[in-house]
Amino acid sequence: MTNTKTLAGALLLTTSFGSMAMAQTELTMWYHGGGNEVESAIITQIVDDFNAGQADWMVTVESFPQGSYNDSVVAGALAGNLPCILDVDGPVMPNWAWAGYMQPLPISDAAIEGHLESTIGRWGGEVYSVGLWEAAVALYARQSTLDELGLRTPTLDSPWTLEEFMGALEAAKASGKYEYAFDPGMAWTGEWYPYAFSPFLQSFGGDIVDRSTYQTADGVLNGDAGLAFGAWWQSLFTEGYAPGTSQDPADRDTGFIDGKYAFSWNGNWAGVATLDGGVEDVVFLPAPDFGNGSVIGAGSWQFGASGTCAHPEGVAAFVEHALQDKYLAAFSDGIGLIPSTTEGAALTANYNAGGALEPFFGLSEAQALVRPVSPGYVVAAKVFEKALADIANGADVADTLDAAVDEIDADIERNGGYGH
Amino acid sequence: MAAVNADNHGLRLVTRYVVLTLIAIIFIFPLIFMMVSSLKPDLQLLRDTSSVRAFLPVGDISLNNYTAAFSRAPVGLFVFNSVLVTGATVVLSLFLCSMAAFSFVFLNWQGRDLLLSVIIATLIVPFETIAIPLLLLVSKLPWIGFDGLSFGWLNSYRVQIIPWIADGLTVFLFVQFFKDLPRELIEASRVEGATWWQIYRRVVMPLSGPVLATAAILKFLVMYNQYLWPLIVVQEETYRPVLVGLQYFFQLNTAWGEIMAYLTVITLPVLAFYLVLQRAFIASIASTGVKG
Repeated sequence: MTNTKTLAGALLLTTSFGSMAMAQTELTMWYHGGGNEVESAIITQIVDDFNAGQADWMVTVESFPQGSYNDSVVAGALAGNLPCILDVDGPVMPNWAWAGYMQPLPISDAAIEGHLESTIGRWGGEVYSVGLWEAAVALYARQSTLDELGLRTPTLDSPWTLEEFMGALEAAKASGKYEYAFDPGMAWTGEWYPYAFSPFLQSFGGDIVDRSTYQTADGVLNGDAGLAFGAWWQSLFTEGYAPGTSQDPADRDTGFIDGKYAFSWNGNWAGVATLDGGVEDVVFLPAPDFGNGSVIGAGSWQFGASGTCAHPEGVAAFVEHALQDKYLAAFSDGIGLIPSTTEGAALTANYNAGGALEPFFGLSEAQALVRPVSPGYVVAAKVFEKALADIANGADVADTLDAAVDEIDADIERNGGYGH
Repeated sequence: MAAVNADNHGLRLVTRYVVLTLIAIIFIFPLIFMMVSSLKPDLQLLRDTSSVRAFLPVGDISLNNYTAAFSRAPVGLFVFNSVLVTGATVVLSLFLCSMAAFSFVFLNWQGRDLLLSVIIATLIVPFETIAIPLLLLVSKLPWIGFDGLSFGWLNSYRVQIIPWIADGLTVFLFVQFFKDLPRELIEASRVEGATWWQIYRRVVMPLSGPVLATAAILKFLVMYNQYLWPLIVVQEETYRPVLVGLQYFFQLNTAWGEIMAYLTVITLPVLAFYLVLQRAFIASIASTGVKG
């Protein structure tokens, strides 16, 4: 009798689950977290919860290492092999949307209300992608250094001016205690350059491209503000304030912790490592104001629907599910990134009121500026990176920026204005 | 006078060994650095890079990086995939390319020299220039498997193996080697009534040890170091090779110790393969002048 009941129960269960599985439509998803165990575990949890919580959709995940993810997506698009749910880096999204790799995400306004604006990917007036977190950059310093050098501690309301910032670098240099006063992070190449350094240009009043039309970089990258930025940028290296492009990556990772640098321009992801490295009095200072306000980069990884996905409404349902505060907090606690809502931040260990990394949330709210929202950004970013490296290595500022403008403009023209 | 010559000889010998030792050290230092660093925690590893400690297993030494590397990525699967793809490609490549070379050298047929020139000309075409057309091609090719007829080779072993079997360099190596074989051997075999297949299998190939070793090692290195091709044709982790797997270790905070542990592990098959074939490889270099 017992065996009969057990058998009947098992049949009932398998039949029920089988029916549910049969009813669910599969949504494949590509994710950039391959190799990050914590991130993968959280994504798996979110997907498992989603799959178990409704009967319409079944998400399956394929993880990719971040370093090669974009190339895999482009190859997948060429081969007609894209998944339904795409994970996309914020500044790359307009390019993928323009190229047809992505389609608008039919997500409700209520689902993204209250989220940091920089975590919402918009193109052509429509939402294409939404992120669960943000990243921010700050000027790392020791409070003891500021005190010893007699420097004012800058705040969000009153950041350092150009004169104060250069005064701080000069004071650090004159103290003779540091190999370099300032570590901008020259050893990190690629997207770090436009993400971390274009805000300096924007604070001077320039930009990578003219955002009013997105048809040219002329006048903004090589205008008066651009030239002033370029001269200042070059002076960091010619005056010996910062290590150049040959910086040892090891020094980039540990130079500030080891006391080789007085100030370091670094992201929130390095905050915990810095604290763990014994820098107990680390302070995360806002970006200096070089004349046009303090600016830091913005826009991190987000979820959207691929251009070939037949069920964008299923993608939206998954994204809305993933945007729950508990998941934002889980990601933040797990990998150190900034939750996209204040409610999510309140649930975290580091970004809640009084948390060790709380200043980064304020920085994102107050200073974040997304990189140029244009399909052409992916090319302009590489041109900008090369120009900054060349200027740091002693190239003529005006000539280099003019050449960069020519290259960016030629690319925009070649692509018919990129649909702006 | 004889004593002076003996002294000179000894001095020359010592000088030669000192120079060779220095060169050997220069070549082996990166390997030592990799293996030693794989035993250190990241902070210590980075701090040691500016001193000789980088090459010494000192400080906080452990196998933690290996444990972490195997935990972060399916290292065993990646190594298995690479060894499988590489092994299959090397074997098939040696077989097909040697047969092609045999045909070019020993058989007379119209257009032989022209076709050989075309094949050798492919050596100057960078793979990057044909990667996209090849991707589009393999994404639509038919295949008959256990599930019947299907289209598209993406996410499979075959897509990593078949396009790499035939290549100009391997054919060229065999052609050059076969040309130096005594013609009398072939002619005598023909007179004895041997078929071309028998000559290929029983006469030519048994004499081709050095070129087989050279071609195998060169092919092995190319295939084991594949990155771009598997990156664009394999989206499933199940089929990823070791170098694509290396990307798993470059996160926001790069795990340098784990990278060194991973590199140490994936270097082992290469070293083992080379050690097995090194005698034949060196003999081939000495006899053919091929510098790989």
